[in-house]
Amino acid sequence: MADTKEMKKVLFGPILDNNPIGLQVLGICSALAVTGSMQKALIMTIAVTLVTAFSSLFISMIRNQIPNAVRIIVQMAIIASLVILVDQCLKAFAYQMSKELSVFVGLIITNCIVMGRAEAYAMKEPPLMSFLDGIGNGIGYGAMLMAVAFFRELLSKGSLFDVQIMPLLRDGGWYQANGLLVLPFSSFFVIGLIIWAIRQYKPEQVEKD
Amino acid sequence: MGNKDSFGRTLIFVLITCLVCSVIVAGAAVGLRPMQLENKALDKQTRILEASGLLESSMTKVEIVATYTKYVEAKLLDFTTGDFVEGNPETFDQRIYALNKANSITPSDDVAKINRRSNRTIVYLVKDDSGKTDTVILEVRGSGLWSMMYAFVGLETDLNTVKSVIYYDQGETPGLGGEVENPKWKKQWAGKQLFNSNGDIAIKIVKGGAKAGDIHGIDALSGATLTGKGVENTFKFWLGEEGFGPFIAKYKNGGL
Repeated sequence: MADTKEMKKVLFGPILDNNPIGLQVLGICSALAVTGSMQKALIMTIAVTLVTAFSSLFISMIRNQIPNAVRIIVQMAIIASLVILVDQCLKAFAYQMSKELSVFVGLIITNCIVMGRAEAYAMKEPPLMSFLDGIGNGIGYGAMLMAVAFFRELLSKGSLFDVQIMPLLRDGGWYQANGLLVLPFSSFFVIGLIIWAIRQYKPEQVEKD
Repeated sequence: MGNKDSFGRTLIFVLITCLVCSVIVAGAAVGLRPMQLENKALDKQTRILEASGLLESSMTKVEIVATYTKYVEAKLLDFTTGDFVEGNPETFDQRIYALNKANSITPSDDVAKINRRSNRTIVYLVKDDSGKTDTVILEVRGSGLWSMMYAFVGLETDLNTVKSVIYYDQGETPGLGGEVENPKWKKQWAGKQLFNSNGDIAIKIVKGGAKAGDIHGIDALSGATLTGKGVENTFKFWLGEEGFGPFIAKYKNGGL
């Protein structure tokens, strides 16, 4: 059994030290798509964290049985089943949300983080650690998602979690909404700036030439 | 069979994995289906109430269903004749019905780009407390820039004055064309006239904003020219001869 220090590292490391988006540069596609509002980003974070954690857990549990030749397809089958499960639950318990997230829930299957962690970690490590690694990476992914969504929602709609913070000009307020940040690609700017900030703070993350 | 990479082991492992996964997925799909259908039906009823102006934000699920059953009557309509026809609107599924080529047509002038139009549809009649029809709700759809946009249109019984236009399913650009769901934009539809005094379709989207007192003009959404065009074409089609035209001609002077 791994000690608590190791557990902490696995669980909280991905937030800043080993962020899946910031350092590993995985999962960019969905970080562009669902960061228009904080609420969407939060639901997506929860969904991805659950899927990553449980897929890592199950894959790790059977890791010694998985034949090498078909390991990727077995991982895919498990991940896909979990994603469908999440999608079905959202439709049954949070219908409005599932309508808004629409295709992006299904696209968790193709989220590189889930498969990346399964292949890189869960295939080698015991179940509990893999589960924590999944949660940790989910949180790391989520932290970045929420950070991007914070700037995008605040600057493009003047609100956070749909609560108006800065009254918009068109509603008689003073803030001129930034239309650029409404569009998904604007996340590139925000993610880029955040990565730059993290690397200023932690210069060891800068790649050597 | 000892080696986990042998052909036999691989085959068995894959079969078992597939079996377990499919049981879980199928179980979830079947087990959660009743709740999902209920959500879907509730969502539709909520939108219909919204279009009829009966929806209040504080309503609970139970109240929505109760209000809906009390005031809303669904009726099947034949587009060509403009008459109501016999049939159970509860079990009527337009998509399944229209699958039969005999039950749908390709519009001769498909301005709204809908490809096929079912020969029948459901019209929702919203009653007042005395049981008289007070609002008529029509279901329309048309292509915007990216997506098919679905809406309910609530009309006064003269079938000319708009009460509300509720877009409830669309995939336009969030923040630009997606603003067709913006409450402020929706609000300006109330009181607009669909037809001019000659009976021609007059409702239009006006770039730069409709003039005050323009009873046919709706402000365009900035940055969403093509979505606006789609909205205008949607009305052009569904108010025309192959849309609700015959129905409106028949009932505009009362009779509902």
